[in-house]
Amino acid sequence: MSDVKKFLYVNRKAPYGTIYALESLEVVLIGAAFEQDVALAFLDDGVFQLTKGQNTDGIGVKNFSPTFRALGDYDVQKLYVERESLEERGLSEDDLIEVVYEDEDDDWEEKPAIKVVSRAEMADVMADADVVLSF
Amino acid sequence: MAYEVNGQTVECDEEGYITNLSDWTPELAAVIAEAEDIEMDDDRWEVVNFLREYYDEYQIAPAVRVLIKAAKKSMGPEKGNNKYMYELFPYGPAKQACKIAGLPKPTGCV
Amino acid sequence: MSTLHTVNKSPFATQALVSCLNHAKAGDAILMIEDGVYGGLSGTGLTEIIEEFGKNVSLYVLSPDLDARGLDAKRLIGGIEGVDYAGFVDLVAKHDRTQAWL
Repeated sequence: MSDVKKFLYVNRKAPYGTIYALESLEVVLIGAAFEQDVALAFLDDGVFQLTKGQNTDGIGVKNFSPTFRALGDYDVQKLYVERESLEERGLSEDDLIEVVYEDEDDDWEEKPAIKVVSRAEMADVMADADVVLSF
Repeated sequence: MAYEVNGQTVECDEEGYITNLSDWTPELAAVIAEAEDIEMDDDRWEVVNFLREYYDEYQIAPAVRVLIKAAKKSMGPEKGNNKYMYELFPYGPAKQACKIAGLPKPTGCV
Repeated sequence: MSTLHTVNKSPFATQALVSCLNHAKAGDAILMIEDGVYGGLSGTGLTEIIEEFGKNVSLYVLSPDLDARGLDAKRLIGGIEGVDYAGFVDLVAKHDRTQAWL
């Protein structure tokens, strides 16, 4: 289908200090209904959005990190996370939540949606998108 | 706007979605359903409970197609389809069932 | 295929410009707008890095934002071009996609 465009949502902000991260996630969920090719990129402080063990009870704000795990249900299958951004912040892939999707072409097998990529690979992902939405 | 349950007032918005998700009780669900002209039965409770579990796990009310896909998986194809869901909730399973389940309006639902 | 990147924050306040430079590809353009125009100044701690990256990408500043901040175009790093709003539109039209670095 030629009218399917590649949408890339670029996330560069930490989750609770500003509204960017939550807004991004909401737009992704709304946009997913339009059956485009959707991917998410996490770099710089954006990688903090995906860390395990978030508990916002004490700050009176909704913890939206569990919602990333629902993205597979919305046919969002690609969450690119930049390795350099993780390393600069003392993080590794083990610190991130698990997000899976069911692969339609492989007997609905559950596969990880998070792909840790190098900075150069991230630049390729960005250059490959038809539309880039920044948050 | 508000619902009345056992002499208690539960606040909601102008579309009938409750303001504080923690106000929800099964009794309230029955009251909301009545306001929606829906009589709760086992099949409808199954969907409402499913939505509450989904919200509990993902902190989001699923869009219709996500609900149907997930229902197909957990309840089988005879229940995980549009026709079945719209028979139970004629004004939209996500919209109406979410309201009864005490959840926010599904994201992306206009 | 090329990208127009816009940067609207001072590089002395956020990582946006440096991150943008790290991800831009040869042939891309970077337009500094709003507080992003401070990134175009010569003689700063970042000038050297920007000059280095500037070899492969085209660098622009939005002149009205430069003027608003009392910065003379003569203080810009050599090779950085000033554009007006119409020039901004031309840059958007010339590239395949626009990516904002917020």
